[in-house]
Amino acid sequence: MTANALAGLADALSNGDIRVVDLTHTLDPDFPVIVLPAEFGQCARFRVEEISRYDDRGPGWYWRNFSCGEHTGTHFDAPIHWISGKDYPNAAVDSIPTSAFVRSVCVINCSKECAEDEDFLLTPEFIQQWEQQHGVIPAGNWVLMRSDWSKRSGAEYLNMRDDGAHSPGPSGDAVKFLIEERDVIGFGTETVGTDAGQAHLLSPPYPAHYLFHGANRYGLQCLANLDQLPPTGAVLVCPPLKIKNGSGSPLRVLAMIDGSGS
Amino acid sequence: MTEAMAQPAKRNPQKRAVLPTLPPFSRSRQALTFSSRAAEGRLCLQVCGSCETVVYPAREICPKCWCSALIWTDIADGGRLIAETVLRTSINTYFRERMPWRVGTVEMDAGPTALMHLHGDVEHGAQVKIIARTDKSGQGVLFALPKMETPNMADDRQLRALTCDPKFRRALVTDGRSAIGQATVRALSAAGATQIFVGVAEQWRPFEGAAELAAMPKVEILPLDVTDTDSVNELVGEIGGRTDILINTTEHVRPGASMERNNVLIAREEMETNYFGLMRLIQAFGPALRARGADGDNSACAWVNLLSVYALSNWPTFGTTSASQAAAFSLSQCLRGEFAGSGVKVINILTGPTEDAWHQPLPAPKVTAEGIAKAIVRSLQQGIETMALGAVAEDVLARWREDPTVLERELTQVAAGASR
Repeated sequence: MTANALAGLADALSNGDIRVVDLTHTLDPDFPVIVLPAEFGQCARFRVEEISRYDDRGPGWYWRNFSCGEHTGTHFDAPIHWISGKDYPNAAVDSIPTSAFVRSVCVINCSKECAEDEDFLLTPEFIQQWEQQHGVIPAGNWVLMRSDWSKRSGAEYLNMRDDGAHSPGPSGDAVKFLIEERDVIGFGTETVGTDAGQAHLLSPPYPAHYLFHGANRYGLQCLANLDQLPPTGAVLVCPPLKIKNGSGSPLRVLAMIDGSGS
Repeated sequence: MTEAMAQPAKRNPQKRAVLPTLPPFSRSRQALTFSSRAAEGRLCLQVCGSCETVVYPAREICPKCWCSALIWTDIADGGRLIAETVLRTSINTYFRERMPWRVGTVEMDAGPTALMHLHGDVEHGAQVKIIARTDKSGQGVLFALPKMETPNMADDRQLRALTCDPKFRRALVTDGRSAIGQATVRALSAAGATQIFVGVAEQWRPFEGAAELAAMPKVEILPLDVTDTDSVNELVGEIGGRTDILINTTEHVRPGASMERNNVLIAREEMETNYFGLMRLIQAFGPALRARGADGDNSACAWVNLLSVYALSNWPTFGTTSASQAAAFSLSQCLRGEFAGSGVKVINILTGPTEDAWHQPLPAPKVTAEGIAKAIVRSLQQGIETMALGAVAEDVLARWREDPTVLERELTQVAAGASR
């Protein structure tokens, strides 16, 4: 049965019945990272230095060193990223059970609401309305919040103003609902963090970070191409780098979707 | 009267760029002492410690009393032109390319009579103002200016060979995000720069003054992040051949000494910007500037570094920043070596605490962005290679010259004791 399922999967991947969508932004030195108040430590930008390029430094080969933070670019948040999740065992990127990295995914489309309100907060009511159309979110799924924020670029992306960033995210109640009522394994967004830009003013502050990681759940952010995913039925593939005791990691996020119609 | 300089004609792209040639150079320690003072814009001659004779040219012993205690001293800058001539031939290639060249004998108020370069507006028998500056070979030379300002005085061809006047030149200011960068752009514009390229890092983050900067005439805003090698290389590909003056105002400043840091991250950011940032700029723009050091009346002429005076001696209140500034200062010396013979001057502006958020709790005096911008333009217009700006920097530089080991104790022990 399993062997048949795997063979079927491989066939479907090669014949196009299953299509693989890339949900990742390119690691680019000029891609925005989260900006904290200047007196705090800051996330490193993505940087590259050439070792050689078919030249006197190495005549036949091109290779480079890169550097970045664990939370640079499209990245995974492990529970130990937040103080509320610091005491869980197996809660760093190198120890999280690998089954979490390949799971079904539900995509809640908030793009219209986010276009109208850049501080839009996803609520339990909004999720339940979505469920009336697409069914109840199954336990153990990833849930992604589609805002179309990934289509923004430059200053529009962080949308920083004098009072901080303005971008959508989940309300504290929505996070509690997804954990307690739906038992999701993780939550992902297109914005620079899983929380809204003004989430420091919510209660608790940064509810997605505080509550999801406090419940040993995972996060994904800076996702792209969520508009190519169906509301349900896709499979998310999101293994972070195996960094010892890592709080997170840049990664390639893929989704397998039904391609038989295309 | 000096004829106002016209905008230099565009270069004929079919012609080879003119390679720099140099005026003669002296290497004795005494001659270099004169040059090092001239590089600061100071007119210093030796004064005999015994008989007080003012000595010129520089010597090892007093020509009058044979005493060996000759003390370099700032002297009065007045004088009178008693003889003049126009050179129409020379065995030196540099001067051959620049004939005719006016020189004259000046009776200095301080005593000696010296041969020096003449400004075109200086008339025979007139009172002059003597300045000492470094020429294209880095050697200190004497130059006689009219005693009173004359029209278009800075446009004089022979004077312009000693200065790095931004008039009719194109400058790159590396950090348009900062108040200092923005003030520098305004000052360059007022000084007649043809075009001002302004680097702005991380345009995805808003910054104060962005709209005003973008609205300024002659200003072109370009992406530049000195911590990103690709960004620096992309910019030089675009404007490297058109940059006559590079002004590096980018800096990363944080208060704190080693033990106030729990890791090396802030120190690394300081090094990434203040040291490696400078190195990236040098690797990209250095060859482009060096190759154009004799490229006509608006040749490449200067590289300006904005440095903390605590590059000279560590101030633990900004201890790790001081260390990165020391690295940058050392690299600026390396750059002087690499630019030697190119006709491009390395100008270091040394400042004390500046008026900004990171120095906010410190008492006055602090240096303002406008003050720094003015100093940058003044150093360019006057061709001065080292300038301490503000009371703090002047004081630290003076004490460093007097005795660096005593200054170290003052900064690390007396200052630390006061804060305990």
